[in-house]
Order: sequence, then structure tokens, then C-alpha cells
Amino acid sequence: MASAQEAAEAAARSDVRNRWLLSAPALLIIFFAAVGPLFIMLAYSFMAKGDYGDVKFGQFSLDGWFSVLFERDIFDDTLSLADANLSVFWRSLKLSVMTTAVTLFLGFPTAYFIATRPPEKRETWLFLITIPFWTNLLIRTFAMQEVIRNEGILNSVLLALGVIDRPIQIMFTDTAILFGMVYVYLPLMVLPLYAAMDKLDFRLVEAGYDLYATRFRVLWRIIIPLVKPGIIAGSILVFVPSLGAYVIPRVLGGGKNMMLGNYIELQFGQGRNWPLGAAISITLMAVVMVALLFYVRSATRGEAGREG
Amino acid sequence: MKARHFDISAQPGFATVAMLTFVLLYLPIVTLVVYAFNAGNSIALWEGFSLRWFISAAQNERVQEASIRSLVVAAIAATIATLAATMAALATTRTRPYRGLTFKYAFINQPLMVPEIVTAVALLIVFSRIKVWTGYSGIGYLLAAHTAFCIPFAYLPIRARLEGMDLTLERAAADLYARPWMTFRRVTLPLLRPGIIAGFMLAFVISLDDVVITEFVKSAGQETLPTYMLGQLRRVVTPEINAIATAFLALSVAIVTIFFFVNRKKA
Repeated sequence: MASAQEAAEAAARSDVRNRWLLSAPALLIIFFAAVGPLFIMLAYSFMAKGDYGDVKFGQFSLDGWFSVLFERDIFDDTLSLADANLSVFWRSLKLSVMTTAVTLFLGFPTAYFIATRPPEKRETWLFLITIPFWTNLLIRTFAMQEVIRNEGILNSVLLALGVIDRPIQIMFTDTAILFGMVYVYLPLMVLPLYAAMDKLDFRLVEAGYDLYATRFRVLWRIIIPLVKPGIIAGSILVFVPSLGAYVIPRVLGGGKNMMLGNYIELQFGQGRNWPLGAAISITLMAVVMVALLFYVRSATRGEAGREG
Repeated sequence: MKARHFDISAQPGFATVAMLTFVLLYLPIVTLVVYAFNAGNSIALWEGFSLRWFISAAQNERVQEASIRSLVVAAIAATIATLAATMAALATTRTRPYRGLTFKYAFINQPLMVPEIVTAVALLIVFSRIKVWTGYSGIGYLLAAHTAFCIPFAYLPIRARLEGMDLTLERAAADLYARPWMTFRRVTLPLLRPGIIAGFMLAFVISLDDVVITEFVKSAGQETLPTYMLGQLRRVVTPEINAIATAFLALSVAIVTIFFFVNRKKA
């Protein structure tokens, strides 16, 4: 009896061991070229900065983390808030929130429109959303640049219509970054919203009208509460890459309108402050991971019960 | 009578906003593609139809080199990633929960959770030091980085496919005295094939599209097509870049369309 049980346990152990061996290549590659370097970067954020970039090895320092928020005056040693850093943080946060809001405003009706088409046509509409989604991010950013530049199609049309008499400067402003991020991340809002609306039970909507609700009341009191998990999912999926955007602000914002991603690059380049760059990177990563964990939790809860 | 025509699913203005969204999504891409065929030097003034920019892009040696590098990196990275992801998926599905299973999920999906720029600078720190230590500055770093972030993309469809397969057929094969390897080759693998193809194509496109990590990891002279384009955008732009983008776009759309139909046939 005991030996049979032992044999079963041994078989289970060997099964688990085989499963570890089988997953070892994937785990090792990710460790070497993704997770491991992040830990090394964490260590770098606690070292003293080198004079020409890099860090002084083994020299512990909290300066990197300290200078995320504060700066010390080189002449009189007084402390003040690091305005340059704060303005970049603020711009990143502001633009990400605005991007989320605008994509929600455009994406909600779009997803609803697709979800209320006849079933055989939905797939085609959905395919139209997925095509831009799979198009290279850089190409889409470049396409947006061609629309909003001074000689671009937007300004040409407005000039021809006589709405304006000289081109509006959109490139290299925060507005340009906002346009670009809305354009690039819009599918990330539409797809989860559609997934939620696809399951919407329209008998509940009908019941609302039977009880003399207006269209707006049906939307506000029935549809929106039912698709709330989709709204949360879409918002997080747009907000997270917006916060970490690098290519879009680099191309459309120019050198002055930096977002977090560009600011991190600056610290590892001309800024020559690797510990600060590492500290900002770790902070960004932490914020993003919290948002994503929140997303995973709300997504699993949304599956379990409608009320969320 | 009026009640019969009352459409319960309609909401005022929604169709208009939806149409606006589709115009917004396609107007920039269409503009980009149209000016790729411009005969003039400008990406704003239309001077007639011509293929000259496609020809000049195809004859540009730097473009040729970058395109080939992009395709080679994507092919190798996607192949290794798909192999590793298939093994990992076999190891993490169709089992009772065991110690470390959740850890494996989290670990494999980790590249999806971290902003690209953060991974990029972390790799820059580590790889630049390894480059100094070993003196090796070849394509291996790019391949390693691409393989790592491709693994979760290859893993997802393979795992999804495996989870939809029960063990009945494999048990039947074992009952008929098939050895484990035989069962795998003749039963599991054919059933899993659509998932593996989907995973490979996803990984290939993701690798081909990558800008940020490549930009930070590449050594001098290792431009891929996206980093080449990023560099060109700083200079005076001619429709040549539209032509490159259009060709790239056509390739991506072709892959996605195939992916779409492969997946639909399965359902």
C-alpha cells in the first residue's frame, strides 16, 4: 500500500521535473534578455553616478532616487523640487489621461456600432479595426505626422476652405503627441469594449424601454453599467502604453516636449545620470505593473460575475 | 405601427462617431500610401502617378541591407521563440496545479507587463557591459532581445490551443501501445499545429515591428528597417520613405490577413 503511494508520488515528482526541464529554455531566455537586466537596473539605481555616464561600481548612493523629485543647488546646497523632472511627469500623466478620455469618447460609440451590426457583418468591421492595430507603430506615427504637419493634408484643407489664413503649427506640440497617441492606441480601446458589448443582453435594454426610459437613460443606467469591465479594460490598455510612450513623442513632439520614455533615454545619453534614469524607469515600471494587475483582477472578476 | 420600427439598439450620434473613427483610422494611412506613388519630390504636393520612389527605395543599399536584417532577425527570433514557447506551453497546461506554475505564467508573460523603454534601457546597461567584456558586438544581442519579447506572443495562442485539447486522443494512442514520442509526433503535434502557426506569425510580426528595443540594443551598423526609418524621419523626408512604409505595410497586412483566415478556419 505504502509502496504504491510512493510510486505515485515519485511519478508525480518526475512529471513536475520534466515540466521544469521543458519550460527551461523559455525561462532562461527571458531571464537573460528581459527579467535579469531589470534587476541589474534596480541595482544601478542605488549606485553613485559615474562622471561620464555609467555608474561607480559598488559605491552605494541614494542620489538617483533622491533626484527623481528633488535637486540640490550647486552653490548654496539648498533643496528644491526638481522642476524639470516634475514637468515631464506631469506632461506624461496629463497626455495619458487625455488620450484615454478621447479614445473612450471615440471608441465607445464605435464598439457599440460594431456590436449592433448583424452578426455576419461584425467580423468585417472588426477586421477594419485590427488592420491599423497590426500596422507598425512607427508607420502609423509617420502617417499622423504627414496629416498634421504645416504642409500636411489637415492644414491644406483648412487653408483651401478659408477657415485659416496661415497653417496652424501642430507638429512639435503636446497636441501633436495627443493626436498621435489617440490615433495609435484607439484600437486598444475599441477591442475590449467590443468584447464586453458583444455579450450585452439586449432584452435588458428592451425592458428599460418598456419601462419608459429615454435613450440616454438606457445608455447611462443599463448599457454603461453592463459594459463597465470593458471600459476599465480598454482604459488601462490605452493608459499603460501611453505612459510609457517613446516613439510617438520623439517623432511628433520633437526635442522639447519630452515624455517619460524620452526623459529616461536622455538620462542614459546626454544627461549622463544613469542612476536617475534607472530610478525613473523602475518607478514607471511599478506604476504600469500596478495598473496591469488591477486590469487582470477586474478582467477575471468581470468573467466571474456581471456585477463586477 | 411606429413601435415596430423602434430600434432598441440605436443610440443617437453613435453611428456618426463610429464613421468618424473609421475615417480617422484610415485617412493617415491612405495619405501615406497615396504619396508613395507621387511623381514629385514632395510628400505634400501631388505631381502625378509614378513608381519612381519604389524603385529608388529598392535600389537603396541601406534599405536593402536593413530589410534583409529585419527579416533574418524576425525569422530566427520567431523560430526560437516558437520552439521555446511550444515546450513551455506543453509544460504549463493540462496538468494539476504544481508548485511554480503561477511563477512560470508570470515569468513568461513578464515582457508584456513592462514598458518597452524600460526593458530597452535595462538591456542597454547589461549588453553594453557584456560588449566591453567579451569584445563581441554581433547580431546575437538583437536576436536574444527579440527572442525574449517574442516568447509571450508565441506562447499565448499555443497555450490557448492546448487548453482546448483534452487528453482523450493521447490516452487512446497510449492504449494502442504508442510510445510517448510517437504519441506526440502523430497525435499532439498535428492537433497543435494551428496554434503553433499562429504563434509563429504573431512572433514574426512583433519582431519585425519592433523599434524601441532594437534602437537601444543594436550595435553600430545594425539598422533594421524600423530603426532606419526612425533615423530618416529626422532628415528631409521624400516620398521614398512613404514607399518603404507602404511596402512594409503591405507585408504586415498580408501576414495579418493570413493569420485571420487560419484562425477562422479553425473555429
